Amino acid sequence: MAKRKTPGLSTQSTSDIAFLLLCYFLMTSTMDQQSGLQRRLPPMPDQNQKTEDTKVNKRNIIIVKINSGDRLFAGDQSMDISQLKDKIKEFITNPTNDPNLPERENKAIEGFGEYPVSKGVISLQNDRGTSYKAYIQVQNELVRAINEVRDDFSKQHYGRVFSALTEDQQKIVKEAIPQNISEAEPKDVTKK
Amino acid sequence: MPVFKRSGKKEMPEIGSSSDIVFMFLFFFMVCSQLRSTEVKVKVKLPEATEVAKLERKDLASYIYIGSPTSQYQAQYGTESRIQLNDSFKTTTDIRDFIAAERESLSEADRQLMQVSLKADEDARMGIITDVKQELRRCSALKIMYAARKAGN
Repeated sequence: MAKRKTPGLSTQSTSDIAFLLLCYFLMTSTMDQQSGLQRRLPPMPDQNQKTEDTKVNKRNIIIVKINSGDRLFAGDQSMDISQLKDKIKEFITNPTNDPNLPERENKAIEGFGEYPVSKGVISLQNDRGTSYKAYIQVQNELVRAINEVRDDFSKQHYGRVFSALTEDQQKIVKEAIPQNISEAEPKDVTKK
Repeated sequence: MPVFKRSGKKEMPEIGSSSDIVFMFLFFFMVCSQLRSTEVKVKVKLPEATEVAKLERKDLASYIYIGSPTSQYQAQYGTESRIQLNDSFKTTTDIRDFIAAERESLSEADRQLMQVSLKADEDARMGIITDVKQELRRCSALKIMYAARKAGN
């Protein structure tokens, strides 16, 4: 074993380390955080569909209104944003079978069986002067209420939170607790 | 102790790896710039929300920016909230063409899944956003997302 001349520092592995770091950053970094609240807009109504909308039973609908001063009204009652979540949860679950809260309809869900699905619809109305920030806050609270109800349901039936369920189970939960948020027609808003 | 003697003799620090590091930064910034394909000409500070969901397929998303123009465009366009599509200020009537063009650029199978991400400033008024939403409904681009930041808690 003759003694070889070695360089002062071994640089063979540095490029590997550099590439490793490169890959690490590529994998982990999210340049532009793409997140938000997903919604599905209702299709543009036809002339004959408009009359159908008014037929929804009064007890099945809760009107959440935000006026131009960003004040919040839920079911004709002024309230703070922090109270909205519980109000919506009560509205969706209707724990005491209150005749003023939405009725439930037994519906067969594939892979689960019958479950009384709430027919409640949350109608969100806003003024043209409402700030987007307030609107998103309210939207967020609505989603939070629904997510919590879904979590409760998941824990009760599957013993895990909603996000930990499999895709099929999530589908069942989504069907049992639908996210019925209707974003009102703008012309309804100007009337009120 | 031959190793220490040799390293003591060396005058220059080792620079062989710096090229790797430079390349690393190069790639890193290349990736960064690729994601920002449009120049945002409106001030957009996204509102905060806790229940945000991630955008699953970025390639299927089109973006509509709504906010007041940034300072360099204020002289020309004023401070009122404006809509930005691609690289220029547009009005609600242009959304139809924009959506049609975006839809055209997607493959047949993906057209159903197209999603419109509304990037609106938190100080924008709902009036303009409602107008945009109505126009989107008219173009039957119904999958939308209100872009929001994940709140800290």
